[in-house]
Amino acid sequence: MMLAKKYALPAGLILLAFLFPLVNDALDAELMFPVIVVAVYVMLALGLNIVVGFAGLLDLGFVAFYALGAYVVGWLASTHFKEVSFSLFSALPAQGVSGRELPGIHVSFWLLLILAGAFAALWGVIIGAPTLRLRGDYLAIVTLGFGEIIPRFFLNGDDIFGYNLTNGTIGIKSIDPPGLPFLPDSWRTWQQFGTLNLDPWYYTILLMALVTIFVNIRLMDSRLGRAWIAVREDETAAAAMGVNLVTTKLWAYALGAVFGGLAGAFYGAFIKSIFPTSFSFNISVLVLCMVILGGMGNIYGVILGAILLQGINFYLLPQINEWVHAIGNAWSSPLLSNADIPKYNYFLFGVLLVAMMLLRPEGIIPNRQRQEELREEDDSIVETARV
Amino acid sequence: MATTQEAKPKGAALIDGVRSSSWQSRLAVAIVAVLVVLLLVQAVKDPAQFVSQLLIGITNGAIIALIALGYTLVYGIVELINFAHGDNFMIGSFVGVTVLSGTFLGLGFFAPITPESGAALKLGGVIVALIVAMVACGLINVGIERVAYKPLRNSPRLAVLITAIGMSFILQNVGLVWKGSFQIPFPSLISDGNALIGITDAVTYRWKDLFVVVITVPLLVGLSYFIRSTKQGKAMRAVAQDKEAAAMMGINVNRTISVAFLLGGILAGASGVMFGLFNGTTVFDVGFRQGLYAFTAAVLGGIGNLTGAVLGGILIGVIGAMNDQYIGVRWTDIVIFTVLILVLVFRPRGLLGDRSAVQGGGGEQ
Repeated sequence: MMLAKKYALPAGLILLAFLFPLVNDALDAELMFPVIVVAVYVMLALGLNIVVGFAGLLDLGFVAFYALGAYVVGWLASTHFKEVSFSLFSALPAQGVSGRELPGIHVSFWLLLILAGAFAALWGVIIGAPTLRLRGDYLAIVTLGFGEIIPRFFLNGDDIFGYNLTNGTIGIKSIDPPGLPFLPDSWRTWQQFGTLNLDPWYYTILLMALVTIFVNIRLMDSRLGRAWIAVREDETAAAAMGVNLVTTKLWAYALGAVFGGLAGAFYGAFIKSIFPTSFSFNISVLVLCMVILGGMGNIYGVILGAILLQGINFYLLPQINEWVHAIGNAWSSPLLSNADIPKYNYFLFGVLLVAMMLLRPEGIIPNRQRQEELREEDDSIVETARV
Repeated sequence: MATTQEAKPKGAALIDGVRSSSWQSRLAVAIVAVLVVLLLVQAVKDPAQFVSQLLIGITNGAIIALIALGYTLVYGIVELINFAHGDNFMIGSFVGVTVLSGTFLGLGFFAPITPESGAALKLGGVIVALIVAMVACGLINVGIERVAYKPLRNSPRLAVLITAIGMSFILQNVGLVWKGSFQIPFPSLISDGNALIGITDAVTYRWKDLFVVVITVPLLVGLSYFIRSTKQGKAMRAVAQDKEAAAMMGINVNRTISVAFLLGGILAGASGVMFGLFNGTTVFDVGFRQGLYAFTAAVLGGIGNLTGAVLGGILIGVIGAMNDQYIGVRWTDIVIFTVLILVLVFRPRGLLGDRSAVQGGGGEQ
């Protein structure tokens, strides 16, 4: 009975998620695209939650892993490296329409997912390792620095000693779609994911997100998860209790990066063309906003935060924009009727960050332990501040 | 690390220092030495170009240093990275361009000041723009502190940093709403001509560069006087060293913190106007990059250390200018951010030493 109660809600939600494409088709709602993007951001937010929420290390450069994941797919599943011709379990036929071999490297998306996760994890460790002994705010700035350097490297990477590694501002285009080519022909949409029917994409990202959630839940209750909480609360005490600070923190960076990389890999394949400018600091802040709004350290809160903020981006802001335009037309005010409200979404996110920190730093669905930590007041300074 | 050492003759102390240094610092010194040698080779090849570039670097550095002082003043007192500071600088440049255009909120106050205006009008316009921007940015900074940081003074550091990031985005969008997302042209009121004409033709030192230095030096002298010799400056130093003890001595801690923010804002405002006049344009997200440059400068010099911020600013300006010339403009951001990371990771104290106190506290970490 208890078991049924405990699992009823998650099971119901998962069932709903699986049925969503049917509902969407039935209602003709055309919500597939935004929902897929929301799911990508759920993965990103859960990845960042491991670093910020569980381990308490503020990472302002999370977009770097997202970008790395996307570029792994861009490099290894497109015609970018024209000099070589290499295919490995790709969903695309090895011979092009003209019968010649396809230029570029074409590796199966499913292999690339693993590779992107591993590559991002490697970079997580590379970025994390030097920051281990830094104080919280310095650490945040170092991660911000890395988060700026990596996209800028992709931006300038079209001429590295004359070699075009990243194709610069133009980005990498026509990335191969994922697919399951061994399926029978009656499953045509699944053989090679198309752009018309988004169902295969949806189920893929849904599965990825569910795995992410599952891994997060298991991590939270694991020995490593408890070690993260201990480090977050008091590094010195944790070290005294035998927690290895170095490996614990590096695991947080690496695992957080894995999910960032996976999300990036999926996003790259889904959007089909990646540009360095789409991996700006704003994305890091948006994902951070999701984690903070939902509740640092609380998996369900973070998922809610991701859904809410992308909901604002996709639904609320365009809606407000229409209202403002209507008001502008009614008052015949060109200023209002030409306003582009969605452009100012980061104003809202900025206000949100400030308001959450001032009013409810623990987020909408708080993690109990985190709540105590964030509300904790240092008595010795209180006296001074009230003078 | 702040152990008392007996006074030794300089040479012996140096040898001791080298002996006790880690492989990391030796490597760093070696790399810096190689870079300096490479630069000197370039300098010998084409000295005039090198000197011109050095002068540009110093000018850029002066602009960065003024912003860096704002970071360092605030960090020295409340140990907060005021992430919104760079965007306050952007607001400063917007205020400056608005004053020079003479119209605000659709109301025309006076005719726009253009390069064709008389010399006296141009000078007056620039001075008024500077003053208005300084006042506006100072007040904005104090306002931000009151609204966003003061209620969080006892919260974990990360909470305040997140608030600061939020404020940064708010200011950036204020700029976006105010002027749009395009490059805003500044009237070129100060001559592009070479100030050294008649002395030497090879080296370029424009009147613009001179202008920046002429404005920066008095500001630095004034700040130095304020911190060193006034009662409020003394209070700032005391609060930076020990808030509790300062409060017990009857110092108004909250007001002192506000003054630190006010000073930082004033310098950022001046820097914003100069940046606009010097570069000819400004844009709503210029604060992010300039802010990170300035933060790098503050950390490089040793955060909390005023002299360090100026030194760091000029160094960052010179590094940027040299990189522009000899490696390529497009790599400058990456180089400066790499400097930021290297300094934070390997020498978080900076060159002149981290002083959590504005004046000499230090070593408390």
